[in-house]
Amino acid sequence: MASFGRFIRLGVGAWALLLLVIVAPASSGAQQVNPTASSVKEQQLLQELNRIQGRVSIPDQRSGVLEQPQGREWREFRNVTLRWIGGVAIVGMLAVLVIFYLTRGMVRLESGRSGRTIVRFNMFERFVHWMSATCFIILAISGLNITFGRPLLLPLIGFEAFSEWSQWAKYAHNYLSFPFTIGVVLIFLVWLGNNIPSKLDVEWIKRGGGLIGHDHPPARRFNAGQKGIYWIVVIGGGLVAATGYVLMFPFYTTGIEGMQMAQIVHSIVAVLFVAAMLAHIYIGTIGMEGAFEAMGSGEVDVNWAREHHSLWLDEETSRTGQPRRAASAAE
Amino acid sequence: MARMKFLCDADRCIECNACVTACKNEHEVPWGINRRRVVTINDGKPGERSVSMACMHCTDAPCAAVCPVNCFYTTADGVVLHSKDLCIGCGYCFYACPFGAPQYPKVGNFGSRGKMDKCTYCAGGPETDGSKEEYEKYGANRLAEGKLPLCAEMCSTKSLLAGDGEIIAQIYKERVMKRGYGSGAWGWKTAYRETIES
Repeated sequence: MASFGRFIRLGVGAWALLLLVIVAPASSGAQQVNPTASSVKEQQLLQELNRIQGRVSIPDQRSGVLEQPQGREWREFRNVTLRWIGGVAIVGMLAVLVIFYLTRGMVRLESGRSGRTIVRFNMFERFVHWMSATCFIILAISGLNITFGRPLLLPLIGFEAFSEWSQWAKYAHNYLSFPFTIGVVLIFLVWLGNNIPSKLDVEWIKRGGGLIGHDHPPARRFNAGQKGIYWIVVIGGGLVAATGYVLMFPFYTTGIEGMQMAQIVHSIVAVLFVAAMLAHIYIGTIGMEGAFEAMGSGEVDVNWAREHHSLWLDEETSRTGQPRRAASAAE
Repeated sequence: MARMKFLCDADRCIECNACVTACKNEHEVPWGINRRRVVTINDGKPGERSVSMACMHCTDAPCAAVCPVNCFYTTADGVVLHSKDLCIGCGYCFYACPFGAPQYPKVGNFGSRGKMDKCTYCAGGPETDGSKEEYEKYGANRLAEGKLPLCAEMCSTKSLLAGDGEIIAQIYKERVMKRGYGSGAWGWKTAYRETIES
């Protein structure tokens, strides 16, 4: 019996030892457990969404975005790409205009002045044009200042003066956007009827218009070039206005990525818009004899109208009778 | 010279918001602005994690690069500061910042925004160290007094570390080695283009 008891004790002891050996590694492993092993990892979240977002207990819920590295791409656009696009578009356009002026000069009235005038733009049309134009020039300068001021103007006038000027330029940019937007809407409505593309425009473009070509293809109130400017103003102006308001009212419509996109669209459209308007200003002033009067006094010489807008002149004269004489126009 | 950095050991952050409160109080930060905040990812779900975040004082800081009036500067300690006198409140730094640090007192007020405000690493601004003007615009200048940012000093679990980048990285590495795990220094790759191997 004693030997049997010893055998049992030995068996239990061996069993206990075996259990200890099996359990031991498991219990020593418990000291190394990672309580946050299942928690989210930064790199994994960034790879999935390129941004990390969570919940915050402070009232500003927008601060729940923890990390958004795409600002880096936006920075590259703002500091490098945009400066190239803007520089090439604006300096390039200026160069083209200077070369054009030096080779072609002012496009003259071939038949000279008749001394008789015809109303081209009424008071309201001119008001709409000049309101938009004044706003546009200030918006363009203050906008270009944001992109090109730091490398070009800041070194010349110093930090304090540049900051002061930029502050006022920013206020002007923000507040003049309202009359400018109204101007674009009015331009759209007032001249829409005259700016629908037609077959005449194809012919006009084929013959290079009156500026590049040397003849005078027939045109109604607006030729294809002017229609182009109209649609640039309407579409370009609409885009800069819409994206500008997104930037002016942060978080009303979109988050940071949306604002980055809005700034990209706003700035690209704006620099191309500025380049297009430089060409518009050129043709309206020193580029073409008799053109400025249309938006200046509102009345153009009948010979100018005949050369550049023959079909419009025919329509007008058949509608209102003979154009006014110079004597009555001067009253 | 030291290169000052923040490091949030996310495995220790318990979202107590002591850093947030310490910062608000120390600098008398205006209502609506939080220079530091704690973001909880997957809140209440398995895999939840909290991270305390403020301006990371990036290497080659994007805010400074895009500022149209060049109002940012980096101190000898590697702290990214800005001048509220030069700031025009355009919002560009805020488009470029990966951490949502720049904030404006008048968001949505016809784009006037007001002067940008962000974490100063408790290092004030361009005014004379410790002056009244500096305090009113930027808050306390603890660094000039030889003290580290209060958020990290007051962290209840010592999750948030502030100090010279190499030293806090070393502290973090030792922690990871002892406890056997670590989720890395959150934001470091984006801010400093480097991570801490653990």
